[in-house]
Amino acid sequence: MAVTAPAFEAIGAPAPSNRRRRYTEDQVSIGRVLLRMLGGFIVLAIFVLPYTIMFFGSVKTKAQIRSVDPTYLPTEWHWENYVNMWSTPETPLPQNLISTIVIAVFATVLVLAVAMPAAYYTARFRFPGRFVFLFLVIVTQMLQPAVLTSGLFRQFVTLGLIDTWAAMIFINAAFNLSFAVWIMHSFFAGVPKEIDEAAQIDGAGRLTVLFRIQLPLVWPGIVTAIVFTFVACWNEFAASLVILSTAGNQPLSVALTKFVGQYETSWHYVFGVSIVAIIPVVILFMIIEKRLVGGLTAGSVK
Amino acid sequence: MTIDIMSTTTDTSSTPAGAATGRPRPGGTDSRTGRRPGGRDFLASLPWIGPALILIFGVVLFPAVVMFFNSTRDISISGVDHGSVGFDNYVEVFSFPYFWPIFARTIVWVVVVVAATVVISLGLAQVLNKAFPGRRIVRLAVIIPWAASVVMTTMVVYYGLEPYFGIINKFLVDIGLVDTPEGYGWTRNPATAFAWSIVVAVFVSLPFTTYTILAGLATIPGDVLEAAKMDGAGPMRTYVSVILPQLRGALSVAVLINIINVFNSLPILKVMTGSIPGYDADTIMTLIFKYIQNQHKVDVASALSVVAFLIVIVIVAVYVKVVKPTKEV
Repeated sequence: MAVTAPAFEAIGAPAPSNRRRRYTEDQVSIGRVLLRMLGGFIVLAIFVLPYTIMFFGSVKTKAQIRSVDPTYLPTEWHWENYVNMWSTPETPLPQNLISTIVIAVFATVLVLAVAMPAAYYTARFRFPGRFVFLFLVIVTQMLQPAVLTSGLFRQFVTLGLIDTWAAMIFINAAFNLSFAVWIMHSFFAGVPKEIDEAAQIDGAGRLTVLFRIQLPLVWPGIVTAIVFTFVACWNEFAASLVILSTAGNQPLSVALTKFVGQYETSWHYVFGVSIVAIIPVVILFMIIEKRLVGGLTAGSVK
Repeated sequence: MTIDIMSTTTDTSSTPAGAATGRPRPGGTDSRTGRRPGGRDFLASLPWIGPALILIFGVVLFPAVVMFFNSTRDISISGVDHGSVGFDNYVEVFSFPYFWPIFARTIVWVVVVVAATVVISLGLAQVLNKAFPGRRIVRLAVIIPWAASVVMTTMVVYYGLEPYFGIINKFLVDIGLVDTPEGYGWTRNPATAFAWSIVVAVFVSLPFTTYTILAGLATIPGDVLEAAKMDGAGPMRTYVSVILPQLRGALSVAVLINIINVFNSLPILKVMTGSIPGYDADTIMTLIFKYIQNQHKVDVASALSVVAFLIVIVIVAVYVKVVKPTKEV
């Protein structure tokens, strides 16, 4: 990135007059740029540090990581940990990984299937109950599974769905629905209605309009909603902790806590599994970085 | 939150369901079609919003009702409902000797974490908003704690704080902050485990807050800053008098969402303080899970959840009343 890069390129509304101002200001002082780079480097180091510790830990041996005089860097690199870590006595980690994937994927698909039509319809049409519906969506955004866990627990016991993936798929979908509806709603609302009308004059049905005309236009919003939902489901902890009691059904977030407080925790395996679980979602989040906040606060920050 | 429901709408009048054009006014008739939007339009919307309604009612609102109902029942450890006990579960919640210390700790938890998060995020946003080579990489790094599992982030800190072999302890010994060679049992002592939990909670709250502030900074018109400069305002004066007031919208949303998230946060304290016996590092949220998981008292847990629910509503209401996030700047 050039020294004179515009400061506001990354998020939100462009500020043209601002760009010009910063452009000239930044050409003035090299010293100030170096100072900013130093500040940026310190920020980078702090935010990467815990995950660096995690990574170094994951390639140490158990003896090394539990050594009374630990070394910061691994003295030998034990990549075989990434193979061996999947069989530990504490919890069936391969099944936990499968649980995490199944719950996150199906919950995301469910959110998409439910939120997209609702977002499209509320953005395009006025109907009695529309305001109430959007109000309900805001209310669910205020609620989190943690505070409702005891109710969820009793309900899924009654339904016979306790300790099943299905229960967690429904819970994750329900509590991530509101964000998906909001962001898709704002994207759909941004498409001129004339485009819909033109397609309908040409004989397209409403579903055809949604899938053939709207989707190609609003896909950035859809991708943002998908990634955000997926990451939230991937990391969900509180409800899974109570709803899923069988070790094999639990996602990694719950399973890994069983290592804490053990007499001899295999930290090198905990960190190997953590690295494997973290990297894909971090990459997904980085892909949508530019839309992260524009989406989150869509319509809420004026 | 000031989510504007009405203004983002466009309507299509050429479709059957679009017959309800314009804003439905209670008691009035639609000016163009000459009839009020009625039940038929609502029915037409059901195939589109129905599934979402089922999910919201079935998995969010109904469990809330179940929770309120259970808070007045006597439910055995095996889950059998033995009938109504009135408000006995609430009496048990409030007469628990550790309740008020836990209540106070919950308030400290929320206030300290949110305040520290906002102050640090304001600084971070200033750094990330300036142009410098490599800024994009720094911004991506700041995202990591947001995407990474909070449980996993907390566990690496927990490991680091272990006496004898923890890396953070080793570092603190090496720089001379801790003078015992084996380090200090940070996670064995409720007060220090709680303090470190606050550090972790702030760390994982920074990305969202910083990005919201960055979005707010991007909306400040350049000519406003130009004008402040022309008037001879220094950087500090400009920041306090010009930039901060403009950030009001972004900040108020960030604080509100942080309050809800931090109050409801379970994993950090569960990992950091969960293996400490007693109730000296608990918040209301961890106490709820102790009732459910350790004591299998779903009825008392429900009563405490209702109390927690009401506390969140009161905090949010007071916040909205005092800060008025909906107010235009």
